[in-house]
Amino acid sequence: MALKDDDSRYHMYSRRAAMLAGGKLLLVSGLVGRLYYLQVLQRDQYEVLAEENRISLRILAPERGKILDRYGRELATNRRDFRVTLIPEQSQDVEGTLAALSGIVSLTPRDLRRIRRAIRRQRAFIPVTIADNLSWSAFAKVNLSLPDLPGVQPEVGVTRDYPYKHLGAHILGYVGAPNQDEVGDDPVLELPGFRVGKNGMERVLDRRLRGLAGNSKVEVNAVGRVIREVSRVDSISGEDMHLTLDLDLQQFAAQRLSTESASAVVMDVQNGDVLALASTPSYDPNDFNTGISQKKWDQLIGDIRKPLINKAVSGQYPPGSTFKMIVALAALEAGVVTPTEQIFCNGEYELGDHTFHCWKKHGHGNMDLDQAIAQSCDVYFFEIARRVGIDKISDMARRFGLGEKYDLEIPAEARGLIPGRGWKLATEGKRWQQGDTVNVGIGQGYVLTTPLQLAVMTARIANGGVKVEPVLRRRSQHEVQEGDSPTTVGGWAEQLGAFPEKPQDSTGDDVGVSPRYMRQIMSAMTSVTSDTEGTAYASRLDVAGMGMAGKTGTAQVRRITKQERESGVLKNEDIPWLSRDHALFVGYAPVDKPRYAIAVVVEHGGSGSSAAAPVARDILRHALENDKRRDAQREADEGQKT
Amino acid sequence: MRRSLSRTARTQKSLMSKIQDMNWALVIVLCAIAAGGFVMLYSVAGGSVDPWAKRQMIRFLPALGLMLVIALIDVRVWLFLAYPIYALALALLIAVEFTGVSGMGAQRWIDLGVMQLQPSEVMKIAVVLALARYYHTSTLIEARLLKNLFMPLLLLAIPSYFVLRQPDLGTTLLIIFGGLAVMFAAGVRMWIFGAGLAAVLAAVPVVWQLLRPYQKSRVLTFLDPERDPLGAGYHIMQSKIALGSGGVFGKGFMQGTQSQLNFLPEKQTDFIFTMLAEEFGLIGALTLLGLYMVVLSYGVLMSFSVRSQFGRLLSLGVTTTLFLYVFINTAMVMGLLPVVGVPLPLMSYGGSAMMTFMVGMGLILSVALHRDIRIPRGGAFA
Repeated sequence: MALKDDDSRYHMYSRRAAMLAGGKLLLVSGLVGRLYYLQVLQRDQYEVLAEENRISLRILAPERGKILDRYGRELATNRRDFRVTLIPEQSQDVEGTLAALSGIVSLTPRDLRRIRRAIRRQRAFIPVTIADNLSWSAFAKVNLSLPDLPGVQPEVGVTRDYPYKHLGAHILGYVGAPNQDEVGDDPVLELPGFRVGKNGMERVLDRRLRGLAGNSKVEVNAVGRVIREVSRVDSISGEDMHLTLDLDLQQFAAQRLSTESASAVVMDVQNGDVLALASTPSYDPNDFNTGISQKKWDQLIGDIRKPLINKAVSGQYPPGSTFKMIVALAALEAGVVTPTEQIFCNGEYELGDHTFHCWKKHGHGNMDLDQAIAQSCDVYFFEIARRVGIDKISDMARRFGLGEKYDLEIPAEARGLIPGRGWKLATEGKRWQQGDTVNVGIGQGYVLTTPLQLAVMTARIANGGVKVEPVLRRRSQHEVQEGDSPTTVGGWAEQLGAFPEKPQDSTGDDVGVSPRYMRQIMSAMTSVTSDTEGTAYASRLDVAGMGMAGKTGTAQVRRITKQERESGVLKNEDIPWLSRDHALFVGYAPVDKPRYAIAVVVEHGGSGSSAAAPVARDILRHALENDKRRDAQREADEGQKT
Repeated sequence: MRRSLSRTARTQKSLMSKIQDMNWALVIVLCAIAAGGFVMLYSVAGGSVDPWAKRQMIRFLPALGLMLVIALIDVRVWLFLAYPIYALALALLIAVEFTGVSGMGAQRWIDLGVMQLQPSEVMKIAVVLALARYYHTSTLIEARLLKNLFMPLLLLAIPSYFVLRQPDLGTTLLIIFGGLAVMFAAGVRMWIFGAGLAAVLAAVPVVWQLLRPYQKSRVLTFLDPERDPLGAGYHIMQSKIALGSGGVFGKGFMQGTQSQLNFLPEKQTDFIFTMLAEEFGLIGALTLLGLYMVVLSYGVLMSFSVRSQFGRLLSLGVTTTLFLYVFINTAMVMGLLPVVGVPLPLMSYGGSAMMTFMVGMGLILSVALHRDIRIPRGGAFA
């Protein structure tokens, strides 16, 4: 019985144990299948995930290219900057870390708001700037307490620096932190302290100045500590930009214009190099680096002298009497007047039922071309403008570069306006009137020019009619060969070497005016400063053998009523600043072998002869004296060598 | 004469013959598994025997000795001691309710001065002993009676209740399944298990309410690891990444990036299998699983030749408990089961699981050495 019972128990046991063993086998094959799935089928995917865990990519910011003047002086450069950043994902307690940090570096509530916002918005592995421009001692203290501040990184960064501050700000522009649109998907832009061009050349040439980001792959552990560097691709610095600007001359021009709302452009008449392009008042681009304060911004915006505007290229003014060379050339070429023909000026010019007035109330008397330009007789030009007609005047203006845009790689260049029949019909729906032509004859009415264009016009007169174009930046050989594609191939510096003296950049086309007439006009412009009756005689340049030729201009910005004319035209000093005349002067020097052309516009400065001509003379004298000193230096150097 | 002599030899073996008959090959396999653990603990420490590998080795030696001693003791002694051991384990379990030391967020330890004892570990074996004894004394017919289900279920329910209160879900499951395996093999009617399964499924919503938040979170995270990739799901995700990236051949000894760079959590304890699979690949993982299976299938295969019901049930029950130990841990790190906090015996750093495994193996070896002894239903020495 007992044995039988034991047998039945054994049989039951055997069956059940076998079932259990089968079940276990099933479970084990489940494990094996899972291992096969994970380690064979899904291996690649998990390998990638493991690499992502292990490898942290650090972006290495490229150094921004410098902007240099024609002698290699740094107008925009990079300065070392001590700063502290925080990588949010590496900090277990962001608020605690911030609290600890604020004991070392001063953090205002505004800073804290900015930091918290950045932490919310950015990806957690992108460092957030806590404080920059730290003193060395504060920086050293942060370094000492580093073990207690996980995720905090002390960094020696670079900050954009404009050592000459206000000087050339309108050309250089400024940089700032990229905004959300600009960031796009380029991670380098998310780096703290990374700046992009916001204005001026910094903006236009931003891509090329920026350079190429490098990266460093580092192995990190689970808490983010760097174990070792796995690989590294160094960043490539941005290109240095060589300007044609002469820092000395730029500085002198800006100082000479002082606090006026004015601009001056100095150009090499042969190759178009822009040696000075000053606009006053100016601003300090350094203020924009880390975000300008509201107060400073309001000041800049509220100033009626518009410091943010680059008047040399954006300012559009009636050229006034500086336009008379164009009218004269058009008339000479058309044969409607000869240089010796005399036209009588009694101070008034009647056309239909309208009377036009010469600036000289009782007239100049008999005027030939030379005298009319030297003394800026309006009646003479009313008459020859009427004779030659608007079409030929517009054509001549265009040939001398007015109404045209030049790509100086700075923003907001204005086109100006050279009006014509079609233009008036299209914009005002009215037919061109002879009175319009007469107004244009003295550079008033519809015609508008920029100081840059006036400088180009003067250069083309001074060089005998070569269609020179303004150049602000010397393109590298590489760039000339490769076209304009942005590139960061190394070796710029070697290719450029010293500043290359470039002979002729323009097309070499000619304005196509007979040299006879060109000489005629140049001679008349010489009379402006050399003839005792000339409007700029007082501003003559009396450096031996280096006279200046030119033309004054006074552009009216208000309408003078008949009533006022009868009771006597108000003097500029007696009317509000904004209604006063613009003072203009264009000129070149030296007279016999022209090298520099200049255009000066002083907004609401009064008369060209008193407000603009002296400024132009001083700037040109400075340029010529500089040249003389340099020549002497060069000769001395060569003398030493031989 | 010869026959009676041989019968005597079967019932009363000398110590020497027991030592001779001992399955030394099995002992060597066990040592091999433990050695694998030492190697991994050396790697976890970044190539150092401190702080884990050395202490693990020091622990292994007494455990090995204990196993051999247990194996040499007559299986009838274990039958005799089955209920007392169960009673003692239960008493200890209740004692930790009041004097227990907290570790890893749960009340599990009792301090014995020289070492810390985990009564729940003792209970894993004790439950199997008690149930094996219970069914040893009952006939198959008695075992299949419904009213005779009461006593075994009580034996299971009481310790389960206390372990679950600690709270230790993993150990509770081991105790329950080890006990159920004994009941199953003893011949309890099949439909009862079916009904029990149905009842459990019906009870899931109720039990869910009773679970601690961290247990709920572990279950939820198991069902969807991406639910919380930086919190609770982190462990499972990182473990799967480590396993998967190990590939077939592994990243090499001490080259596992996931474990060496600390992305893998608790790698010296619960996740040591993951680390092995990362550094030695599919080949290493299958080798280790294979060694465990060799050890555990011995417990099952050997039981078919055991003449006593107690020996059979004990061997099968212990094997099942130890199997589940290994299975739950490996399935957990592979993302097949929720993270319930079950270590991998012999491999994971820590003495309790190792001790349980070695004691269990000692009992299996004891059954094997005394497999020819017939034990009457009435009692051990009756």
